[in-house]
Amino acid sequence: MTQANLKEQEAQTNEKQMTGAEMVIQALIEQGVEVIFGYPGGAVLPIYDEIFKNQDKIKHILVRQEGGALHAAEGYARSTGKVGCALVTSGPGATNAVTGLTDALLDSIPLVCITGQVPTFLIGTDAFQEADTTGITRPCTKHNYLVQTANEIPSKVHEAFHVARSGRPGPVVIDIPKNLQFEKGTYQKDKPKVEQTYTPVTEPNMHAIEEAVRIMAQAKRPVFYTGGGVINAGKKASELLRELVELTNFPITSTLMGLGAFPASDDKWLGMLGMHGTYEANWTMHDCDVMINIGARFDDRVTGRVDKFSPKSTKIHVDIDASSINKNIKVDIPIVADAEKALQAMIDVWKRKQYKTDQDALNIWWKQINEWRKKNSLAYKKDDKIIKPQYALEKLRDAMAADPRDSYVTTEVGQHQMWAAQFLPFNHPNRWMTSGGLGTMGYGLPAAIGAQIAHPDAFVVDVAGEASILMNIQEMSCAVQYRAPVKIFILNNQWMGMVRQWQELLHGERYSESYTESLPDFVKLAEAYGGIGLRAETPDDLDKVIAEMMKTDRVTIVDVCVDQKENCFPMIPSGKAHNEMILSPDAAAFDKTLV
Amino acid sequence: MNQTRKRNRGTKSVYAPGPEQENIESHTLAIIVRNEPGVLARVIGLFTGRGYNIDSLTVAEVDHEETTSRITIVCSGTPDVIIQIKAQLEQLIPVKRVRDLTIFGPHVERELALVKVAGTGDTRIEALRLADVFRAKPVDSTLESFIFEITGTTEKVDAFIDLMKPLGLVDVSRTGIAAISRGATTHDDLD
Ligand SMILES: Cc1ncc(C[n+]2csc(CCOP(=O)(O)OP(=O)(O)O)c2C)c(N)n1
Ligand SMILES: [Mg+2]
Repeated sequence: MTQANLKEQEAQTNEKQMTGAEMVIQALIEQGVEVIFGYPGGAVLPIYDEIFKNQDKIKHILVRQEGGALHAAEGYARSTGKVGCALVTSGPGATNAVTGLTDALLDSIPLVCITGQVPTFLIGTDAFQEADTTGITRPCTKHNYLVQTANEIPSKVHEAFHVARSGRPGPVVIDIPKNLQFEKGTYQKDKPKVEQTYTPVTEPNMHAIEEAVRIMAQAKRPVFYTGGGVINAGKKASELLRELVELTNFPITSTLMGLGAFPASDDKWLGMLGMHGTYEANWTMHDCDVMINIGARFDDRVTGRVDKFSPKSTKIHVDIDASSINKNIKVDIPIVADAEKALQAMIDVWKRKQYKTDQDALNIWWKQINEWRKKNSLAYKKDDKIIKPQYALEKLRDAMAADPRDSYVTTEVGQHQMWAAQFLPFNHPNRWMTSGGLGTMGYGLPAAIGAQIAHPDAFVVDVAGEASILMNIQEMSCAVQYRAPVKIFILNNQWMGMVRQWQELLHGERYSESYTESLPDFVKLAEAYGGIGLRAETPDDLDKVIAEMMKTDRVTIVDVCVDQKENCFPMIPSGKAHNEMILSPDAAAFDKTLV
Repeated sequence: MNQTRKRNRGTKSVYAPGPEQENIESHTLAIIVRNEPGVLARVIGLFTGRGYNIDSLTVAEVDHEETTSRITIVCSGTPDVIIQIKAQLEQLIPVKRVRDLTIFGPHVERELALVKVAGTGDTRIEALRLADVFRAKPVDSTLESFIFEITGTTEKVDAFIDLMKPLGLVDVSRTGIAAISRGATTHDDLD
């Protein structure tokens, strides 16, 4: 066949000869990938070669450790609603990715992670930088693939994106041996097979919806309990949630992962629920007669003691993942569906049947809720010499509110994370990124970079603890390189505060290894990385420092020296019920047998 | 066939004391999977990772064209745990269908075992006589040994092996349970 003939045939059949590495990039481009977070190494060099040649089409962000790439991809995904994409090498590259994959699995974040693998003929020989990546990542991914031939690369990549974003989203790994990256094959734009076999249910069962709405209309003490599923279902789902809450005038609370789906500024908002949720949210959950769970999974940090969880309620549960239903808590009306579709169906039924709520009952219920609100469970003792962490967050909140830019908040893990959830108001979805399910210290900085890369003009801040930030501090270098001007707002209490709090309340004040000696000077550290370092030691400093942080367009660490002994309240000690929450630091109230 | 095997199982709750676990049931699941690399590890990993019990496992390709395999698992747990197991299995990407034969009703369960018995004289004759009663076939014999092939329910195979113990049982190889629903349908329409 002549060269011309071959070209013609290619054009006709949509087939093209390419190397495996070219196919990877071609498939990513077809999937609409604009940014990929990664770190090179021997087993992915052919793919990096293609990245070099396609710089105009795909932007590669070089992190400083693969763990950072995965969290950055999570931040990117969570703040855009798109699939996040990462690229790492074999062996240590892949094992470094494991925490981020597990994090994404637990928080249902759509990711595709491409890992290099040793050549097929070396697999199983303990070759240099060989690790059983598919074996290691099998339990921490939604699915994974070890590619067997170059020809199957395109279909595997397309499959991976389909799996990552469909149903309950999650991380997918594609492990590609190096020899296949060099090997020539035929690029086929076939519809991947999996799209025929993997088709999660998204449409709700209408009988269940009608029954649910009928029960809602009769409710005397209802509550909406919503979660990350509403965020994952897309912006429309959040809008529909607002509409349904407006229609019914029911109170609403949300999990850590669901913050922002409903505006915190609305008077029907009760605040977050769960272990560090508000008094009113948890008591409303405990005493309600109808609970409408949309896209939350009855996590143990939310339910507290399972056998005492909301004992009097009829429970409606909408979840896209059938295995989340009846897993921890028995529900009365299970609805396997996409949150957007279920919410739309509920609104339609409510309107079509012209349902009215029991207004008298609701008035009494709201009166009760307003009594609980009077507890003012987030109150803290103000101080004019020492910066209270809550006060620092209130100042940050005010500064963000006064700023015309969109703001995105990520966090690390610990007390600061819970305070951020309690004190920062989220009025829009996709603006809040935190490691909820896995509780990964070190998540916040790379996630902030991912969000900032996706939204270059936005104000992006990582609310951090001084211990957590050191887990991925190397990504400062990445942020500076790409001029991703994230702000790191450290609530520096010199302690692993959350650990210290448990030790104080549950382990007889034996503070085993929770104090950090010789912390770095965060101001100098920021400067060493080429960023700006600011410090606040008194409440007066704080205003100045925050103003400066809001002004600068450079990567900034703000070292806020806060009260070292502040504890995070309210708190439901694990093993206790919602109505046994503790508002004050009264250690005697803790049952020490229930840790 | 559908009897309940009582079994002690640790509580899965993160809180002590967890809820009492009663009503442990045994279910036979037919899991139809796309036969791709790692699929068996994925299914088994789900059981170990989530602390579920597998009592028996059989796997083989059943449709070469479609590269479909059938994994037959006998598992035990409370009714809620069994429902969870099925829901979790259905979340796995290569799993096409999960059929709970125990719930779908009448079904046939069979197991095959190869049983090696060594001995001479009276014990040897007694072994052969009992094998005949159980319709176990000698598939290999030397002057001082037999290998019997026996097919039947798990209970039948268990009973035969117990009887062979005093008669010079040397080795046993069992396939685990293969199961299929009775009648003309596959019950796929009920899934
Ligand atoms: C990778 C990882 N290791 C350990 C833990 C356990 N842990 C939870 S919170 C915490 C302390 C965090 O300290 P810091 O970042 O200073 O936050 P603070 O609680 O003081 O606000 C630790 C060690 C964790 N969540 N993640
Ligand atoms: Mg700290």
